[in-house]
Amino acid sequence: MPDTAQTQPASNKPKIDLKMYGPAIALVLLCILGFSLNTAFLSEGNITNLLTRSAFIGIIAVGATFVITAGGIDLSVGSMAAAIAGVMIILMNSLIDVLGTGTLTVVIGAASAIMLGALAGLANGLLTTKGKIEAFIVTLGTMGIFRSLVTYFADGGTLSLSFEIRGTYRPVYYESILGVPIPVWVFIMVAISGWFLMNRTTFGRYCTAIGSNEHVAQYSAINVNKIKTWTYVIQGLCVALATVIYVPRLGSASSSTGVLWELEAIAAVIIGGTVLKGGYGRIGGTILGALILTTIGNILNFTDLVSNYLNGTMQGLIIITAVWLQRADWGSKSKT
Amino acid sequence: MDRGGSMLVKNPITSDVLLRAESLSKSFGTVPVLFSVSFDLKAGEVHALIGENGAGKSTLMKIMSGFHSPTSGRIFYDGAPVTLPRNGQAEALGIVLIHQELNLAEQMTVTENIFLGREIAKNGILDKSAMHKRVVQILVSVGLDISPDTRISQLSIAQKQMVEIAKAMSRNARVLIMDEPTAVLTEAETRILFAQVDRLRKQGVAIMFVSHKLHEVSEISDRVTILRDGQWIATRPTKGLGLDEMARMMVGRELSDLYPPIAEADIDADVALSVEGLSTQNVHNVSFELRSGEILGFSGLVGSGRTELFEAICGLVPMQNGAITTFGHAGRFATVAQARDAGIVYLTKDRKGKGLLLQEGMQANLTLLALPRFANRLMLNKKQETAALARAVRRFDIRARDPNVLAKDMSGGNQQKLLLAKVMEADPKIVIIDEPTRGIDVGTKQQIYHFIAALAAEGVSIVVISSEMPEVIGISHRVIVMRDGQIAGTLTGDAINETQIVRYAAGLNEEKMHA
Ligand SMILES: Nc1ncnc2c1ncn2[C@@H]1O[C@H](COP(=O)(O)OP(=O)(O)OP(=O)(O)O)[C@@H](O)[C@H]1O
Ligand SMILES: [Mg+2]
Repeated sequence: MPDTAQTQPASNKPKIDLKMYGPAIALVLLCILGFSLNTAFLSEGNITNLLTRSAFIGIIAVGATFVITAGGIDLSVGSMAAAIAGVMIILMNSLIDVLGTGTLTVVIGAASAIMLGALAGLANGLLTTKGKIEAFIVTLGTMGIFRSLVTYFADGGTLSLSFEIRGTYRPVYYESILGVPIPVWVFIMVAISGWFLMNRTTFGRYCTAIGSNEHVAQYSAINVNKIKTWTYVIQGLCVALATVIYVPRLGSASSSTGVLWELEAIAAVIIGGTVLKGGYGRIGGTILGALILTTIGNILNFTDLVSNYLNGTMQGLIIITAVWLQRADWGSKSKT
Repeated sequence: MDRGGSMLVKNPITSDVLLRAESLSKSFGTVPVLFSVSFDLKAGEVHALIGENGAGKSTLMKIMSGFHSPTSGRIFYDGAPVTLPRNGQAEALGIVLIHQELNLAEQMTVTENIFLGREIAKNGILDKSAMHKRVVQILVSVGLDISPDTRISQLSIAQKQMVEIAKAMSRNARVLIMDEPTAVLTEAETRILFAQVDRLRKQGVAIMFVSHKLHEVSEISDRVTILRDGQWIATRPTKGLGLDEMARMMVGRELSDLYPPIAEADIDADVALSVEGLSTQNVHNVSFELRSGEILGFSGLVGSGRTELFEAICGLVPMQNGAITTFGHAGRFATVAQARDAGIVYLTKDRKGKGLLLQEGMQANLTLLALPRFANRLMLNKKQETAALARAVRRFDIRARDPNVLAKDMSGGNQQKLLLAKVMEADPKIVIIDEPTRGIDVGTKQQIYHFIAALAAEGVSIVVISSEMPEVIGISHRVIVMRDGQIAGTLTGDAINETQIVRYAAGLNEEKMHA
């Protein structure tokens, strides 16, 4: 025992640590960097702002974690968010005449958004499973459809939420409970339920099994199509939730709403350590991934070291580095 | 690399020893699996390596072909110490390993696979016709009747195995290392393989091979090395070494009867499963009955439709026609879950492709089929899962030195035990086992047979699909022989013997059926 123990830990530990704690370490390093560049980075105001902004991508990314873990992919989330936002705004504006500008209108708007999200996810899911079309193709298609729908609804311009109702809806984005903004509360709740669903339920186990080997899943009495479809429905619900808290922020939707959110969501998932080809998913990692992405943008805002326009470049570099750090075998291959 | 030079140095002691391992030890992480094992391989000999599941045979072979590096110890090739290059590059030195788990690119053709990494090319352009011609020759020489343009994914497991062998032969190996090449082969295919092995031996190739089928070892090998728990036990000339002696050295104790005493079948027992006129794409109008507590053997050639028949019953393959009655309830199963809930489980013969999640540990694999039992609505009960694993490890004697080992790193036999444990978690009334002991050592085989007999004694009905005739004969109450998707004959009592099975499987007993 002692003689083998001498040689191994040195080569084994770093690998495990990086896989497990890599995203957390990266986030801490980013925070240290941000603080050293500008001490205001760790001010309460900035942290609240950072968390609030992470909420959208974070919530969507939790859904994406399920889709990806079960071996799928959803490229349509950004367009879906835009389309849902558009429909929601139109609906609420037209409800003012009937129901006024009270809470009821907003509640109906939000409820219909949730329904739309679930339906859009269901469509993606059924097309991939029952339709037997590659998820990449299906969601590439729906991505185009949703995007063009919002452009059509807005007639090429911008759909604006009627002014009277903004006052009612505003607090959903801007108010705090116990000092924590509402979007952050929603984010926390989605994260906890996502973690629970992934790690403590049969559903999460089935997602992992399907993502690692669909044959084995089928032979193990798992209803592969049903579970896969559910992952897309969950993704749709997450997108809808994110949209519901996003709409009061700007009070409008246009063809540029939610552009590239799908990439950010997938990036958050991958940075968090979930395997892109499926079979291994980490909700906790996804949350960190979303925070990392927002933090990069935030730091660039704070300093003029790097142009703000290079935000995408920095994010891209971080994604590639993160994945490289996780995938590189750190000598384990050469040891066996 | 230094082979050319060292060949001139004729060491009188090791003159015909081609490859030699000296005090090899190997640990994975902190888990030791080989302890100072020495081994030598002579040109022109077939050297068999035997040992229980997990004894370290595959590991030793991987080290001797460069796929693993030893933790300590040295390897000599042509008398000179070498560090074998990694990941199959030892092939360039003439050392070829055929893995236990086949290693073919599924979506590529036979030709592409055989020439993978050493394509014939002129100025960077592939010379397809030259490769095609060469592959045709090789396929003929190994007696494999398939087109060189077939995709690997379309081949049966046995055919894939033969392609691996064809591939190795095309590389002009000086040392050929084969890890359980016959595990998935039929008797006839094994004959063809052994003819090739014999031919290579006469050409002076050094051949190392693992098999759990001891009669094969005794038939083809010149020397035998026995490993037990990672330790070298003995190296003996095969001549004069009896099968019982081999088995005893492998397991380290006297082995009693391989097959358990099978209690007389109860002809009046309830019918557990009744199948009427079942047809699928390759199965035609099959009817049979299975009684409670009965062990029903299914024999026949590979491709005779046995697997498809039972996959159809369990909702894995679409059924065209037929009625199924389980415990008096009529009704087909559309999904595996329905079959499971009705008490029927199917244990696939494709452990790695359909049986186990290779990237997961034992825990997740064990409970997967019966997961709803471990959950309160959606919520998993981890305590219950952990307890189930502890129980299964004991009950099935699953040996893993590291309890968190991934399924892919378990030895073949232990994977099989895990799979058996997995289907038993569903607490089935009818168990269908496809090739129950493929790649399993004698000691474990005995355990599995006794386990099957004990289950039957408890009233569980068992179907054993097997291509190993002694196995079907040894444990079945009744044997159904299939041929070309149909039932060719049913044997009971003293009629269960090899001659009868072969006659039915080959279609020689056709008339008797109607008599
Ligand atoms: N990559 C690995 N990582 C960790 N443990 C491993 C690895 N490969 C093998 N082992 C362990 O080493 C031991 C020996 O395994 P090996 O595959 O050599 O057995 P074997 O004799 O070939 O058995 P079988 O007859 O079942 O094929 C087993 O306990 C196995 O779990
Ligand atoms: Mg082995």
